[in-house]
Amino acid sequence: MAKITLSNLKHSYLPNPSGPDDYALKEIDLDWQDGGAYALLGPSGCGKSTLLNIISGLLHPSEGRILFDDKDVTDLPPDRRNIAQVFQFPVIYDTMTVRENLAFPLRNRGVAEAKIAERVAEIAGMLEVEEMLDTRAAHLSPDNKQKISMGRGLVRDDVNVVMFDEPLTVIDPHLKWKLRSKLKELHQRVRATMIYVTHDQTEALTFADQVVVMQEGEIVQIGTPVELFERPQHTFVGHFIGSPGMNILPATVQDGRVQFHGQDIAVEGAVTGDGGTTELGVRPEFVTLSDTGIPARVRKVADVGRHAVIEAMVGDTAVKAVVDHAEVEQGAEVHLAFATHQTRLYRDGWLSTEAAR
Amino acid sequence: MRTENQKAWFFVLPVLLLVAFNALIPIMTVVNYSVQETFGNNVFFWQGLDWFQQILTSERFHAALGRQFLFTFLILIIEVPLGIIVALSMPRKGVWVPVCLVLMALPMLIPWNVVGSMWNIFALPNIGLLGYFMNDVLGVNYDMTQQPFSAWVTIVVMDVWHWTSLVVLLSYAGLVSIPDAYYQAAKIDGASPWKVFRYIQLPKMKTVLTIAILLRFMDSFNIYTEPFVLTGGGPGNSTTLLSIDLVKIALGQFDLGPAAAMSLIYFAITLLVSWLFYTLMTKDDAQ
Repeated sequence: MAKITLSNLKHSYLPNPSGPDDYALKEIDLDWQDGGAYALLGPSGCGKSTLLNIISGLLHPSEGRILFDDKDVTDLPPDRRNIAQVFQFPVIYDTMTVRENLAFPLRNRGVAEAKIAERVAEIAGMLEVEEMLDTRAAHLSPDNKQKISMGRGLVRDDVNVVMFDEPLTVIDPHLKWKLRSKLKELHQRVRATMIYVTHDQTEALTFADQVVVMQEGEIVQIGTPVELFERPQHTFVGHFIGSPGMNILPATVQDGRVQFHGQDIAVEGAVTGDGGTTELGVRPEFVTLSDTGIPARVRKVADVGRHAVIEAMVGDTAVKAVVDHAEVEQGAEVHLAFATHQTRLYRDGWLSTEAAR
Repeated sequence: MRTENQKAWFFVLPVLLLVAFNALIPIMTVVNYSVQETFGNNVFFWQGLDWFQQILTSERFHAALGRQFLFTFLILIIEVPLGIIVALSMPRKGVWVPVCLVLMALPMLIPWNVVGSMWNIFALPNIGLLGYFMNDVLGVNYDMTQQPFSAWVTIVVMDVWHWTSLVVLLSYAGLVSIPDAYYQAAKIDGASPWKVFRYIQLPKMKTVLTIAILLRFMDSFNIYTEPFVLTGGGPGNSTTLLSIDLVKIALGQFDLGPAAAMSLIYFAITLLVSWLFYTLMTKDDAQ
């Protein structure tokens, strides 16, 4: 168990990177606290797997250092960093039994047989795979194979961090949920630092205490799932998290007053900074239909079960609103109101209003 | 409502005809010869199983069969490990991949009798490069036209040169199909290079290796052209393998009956050993 510090980390897959565009990772500074459950969330190609491989030691960063509990491990190979990694596709040793698979990392490190037997039994109990211990691993179903891959990571009691690289990709949807709660449970029992890489917001938000959102090689926000949902630091986070994502609307600022299609809009706090492209951000959950407010015409009504998603046009801008069961019909003229405390201004993508007091 | 009729048989008919003409009828002709004696003029006499008995008890057949097994054993024991080693040391990506693949494929593209002629000239003492090098540079007494041992070394080395590539290419295909995650997981699990080979590479290569071993067994067990061109079965009978002996009996002595009986026994042995190989190598998967 250890605290992991990434300091000034940069990585490029090119031998001679020139501009920032050549970097898969641009300047990462980050502390992962000991025993935390983290998710690394971002779209495909944002550099999250690169970051993971740098922490595990499969990749050497172009610049910067990695510290485990203040010990520099940047130049150490994966097997000497005491980490575990679970991959997208289950990696199991086909010719071995489940028991031998679980014991493999311990045997390679010369652990005593009695200790191995004890650890394997313990992990098998946690994963609920006791009854398949003596079957050949090759014949297991994908979700069981992935369980065994996880088990191989957890079997060592001295791992600094367990990393999961989109581990549920090949798992059937109805088993995903089961495996995810198993993981959460395991984290509570073993208390190892865990980093979970995914592009699926549900997976990230349900697994992690802290979510790190990445975009194009940069960290855009670190926060609890609630923080990410309620106060996105960047329009990307607002849009990426939530279903549907945040409304990002073109807005102008004059003398500290925010205007959207000629209407004054009240925002959470004082507007900071100046210049740049300004946009208004408000989650559909905080847009309501009212008697007064911004006039709009309903273009689409989608009933998604518990509630309905309305898409209304203000001029040529579409605004989404989450409302209780279809209060309106397509084509209706309505007025929209934005909840003041949940309406923010973004300048060049970044949050540019002070928090409400 | 399900109606049953026999029309489906018509779909099988074409392949049945094809198999009949290219396998069943030729084999039945051989079976026909194997139980009869002829003195020409298309007159045949019933002979029963005499020819089979004669072949199975003949020392000449035993000797040729022994040589055949020895040859196949030698080339398998060399080509399979060597092929795996070469495949393991080939690059997985980059500009050298196609170069290596073409170089590997080259020996297999050469017609078999050309391979035989090439090695014949290459190995001739005093004239051939290999013969000259062995005798006049290294001072080793090497003459494959006179010494059985030299002849054996030459045919084995020739086969290794000609066919190791097949094992290499098949093993290589198995190796490149292993996802990177396996190597990464092994690194994290602290596996040594030997364990990576034993628990990841070898199991993943198993299917293609089974095919490689079967193909090399059948091809080498039935080999004719190359040793015939290289040594003609000599010196003496020392490199007379089964197929060479068979041709001597069938076309040299024109003993159709014994030759036919020998063909069938030969065929049965090839089939039996192939089946044994296959069963043993795929035994684990069935569990």
